Amino acid sequence: MSESITLSEICISASSKAWEGEGEILATGIGLIPRIAAGLAKLTHNPDLMMTDGETYLISQPAPMGKRDISHDLVEGYMSYSRVFENLWGGKRHAMVTPTQIDSFGQTNISAIGDYNSPKVQLLGVRGFPGNFINHKNSIFIPNHSVKTFVSGAVDMVSGMGYQNKDLSNGKFEIKLVVTNLGVFDFNGKDDSLQLLSLHPGVSVDDVIENTGFDVIINSDKATPMPTDNELACIREILDPQGIRNSIFGE
Amino acid sequence: MDKIVSYKDVIDQLSDGMTIGVGGWGARRKPMSLIREICQSDIKDLTVVSYGGPDVGLLCAHKKVKKLIFGFVSLDMIPLESHFRQARQKNEIEVMELDEGMVQWGLRAAAMNLPFLPTRVGLGTDVLTHNSELEYVTSPYSDAEKLVAMPALKLDVALIHVNKSDEKGNTQIIGPDPFFDELFARAASKTFVSSEEVVSTQDLGGKDGAIFNRFERSLVTGILHAPCGAHPTSCAPNYGFDIKHLKEYSEAAKSFDEYSTKYLNRTHQDYLDAVGGSDAILKIPLPQF
Repeated sequence: MSESITLSEICISASSKAWEGEGEILATGIGLIPRIAAGLAKLTHNPDLMMTDGETYLISQPAPMGKRDISHDLVEGYMSYSRVFENLWGGKRHAMVTPTQIDSFGQTNISAIGDYNSPKVQLLGVRGFPGNFINHKNSIFIPNHSVKTFVSGAVDMVSGMGYQNKDLSNGKFEIKLVVTNLGVFDFNGKDDSLQLLSLHPGVSVDDVIENTGFDVIINSDKATPMPTDNELACIREILDPQGIRNSIFGE
Repeated sequence: MDKIVSYKDVIDQLSDGMTIGVGGWGARRKPMSLIREICQSDIKDLTVVSYGGPDVGLLCAHKKVKKLIFGFVSLDMIPLESHFRQARQKNEIEVMELDEGMVQWGLRAAAMNLPFLPTRVGLGTDVLTHNSELEYVTSPYSDAEKLVAMPALKLDVALIHVNKSDEKGNTQIIGPDPFFDELFARAASKTFVSSEEVVSTQDLGGKDGAIFNRFERSLVTGILHAPCGAHPTSCAPNYGFDIKHLKEYSEAAKSFDEYSTKYLNRTHQDYLDAVGGSDAILKIPLPQF
């Protein structure tokens, strides 16, 4: 690969590992990096994943970013919103999402910032977060790792549940991976706390500590693996040939 | 049997304080011509149940909403709905904020004449903190699991937009996703349906067409002929969402009068002419993701 590897490509490669070993489930990547990452998982280590065209149909190949000729989509099944709910209530799904806030318990917020009755910033509403997090595994992508996203104390409006309530989920709750612009994390630290797995190029342990509003377990300062040549080819030539991913970090 | 109604007929059957459910999803297949008609009426203090898009925003901008029961309000391509945000940030509306699936469960309970349906969804979240009326139920079986008892969301009226109907109230949603419109119709005492086309029963397409009949005509109180009636939301396969108009609508949260003078308080036909005409709307491509 002649072009230099970008941060978005490193994040896509790292995020695609969320679906490793997950079997024949619905992969939902909401937002640019998670969506390309889900596609990369399907093209590399987990071809059994089911993915939608972003609307109502399951298609055999991941839908590339940007305009495409949809007549080339190989439609293999149907996934209306109603069926998405049926699917996720059954637990056969792994979503990667981008909350506005996340806390030390893994609780997430996409509803509102500030006082609930008259929010400083009204966001989307809880959407499907309560149902997603209590019914199936999820992973998280945060493009702006800071004390505003990784908040101290609890998130302002708990939309997705956290580890302190995992017993309520009939064994389904798990945040498998947290990928940010600084590194890769999971919640397998002591007592389900956030732990650093790897650092992206140029990022120090101190950067992570300074930008996280709660204690992060640091057991490693190893480097995030670079995308392989095959992964880069999949991202650059198939999943995002127009380079829309570059907009995430202004690359 | 003739269920054809006018906008005035529909408005005459609505009253202050009613609970109104709106079909569609976000910026998709919303009965916008009916919503605009409510906005220019005297009706007020509505409780609105919706997978919200510009229907919720426009009703908020006209101060028609007392309480909103919702999981999200979004314009899809424009993620945040500016008019709804403004109403929330100024504390102008009461809310019952629910998971999307809980909204479905509440409508389903109402549709089935049940007081509630049990679910795990909501547990461990602030959905329960902020909705103190939500109660729990304990499984009577050996698991004894404590679950949320999602109450029935009974509607006085449901408003739905479809692709095709006949005058008897046989409706067809031809777009690939019928969303939860069937449950809105079943949860409501009365359902008014606006339709792109009104055709004779013979022209509904027989068995092939009947696949698109998502709920039976006995649920339908009135049919309103509203070509391009979902604009600026999409109505697949007829037309996509009007992103240019949605941007202008979104910007109008800053100064609503200008938008209102330009497009609102007029007949549906005059609205269509003001936004560029039905020929132009029918050429708007379907969104691609």
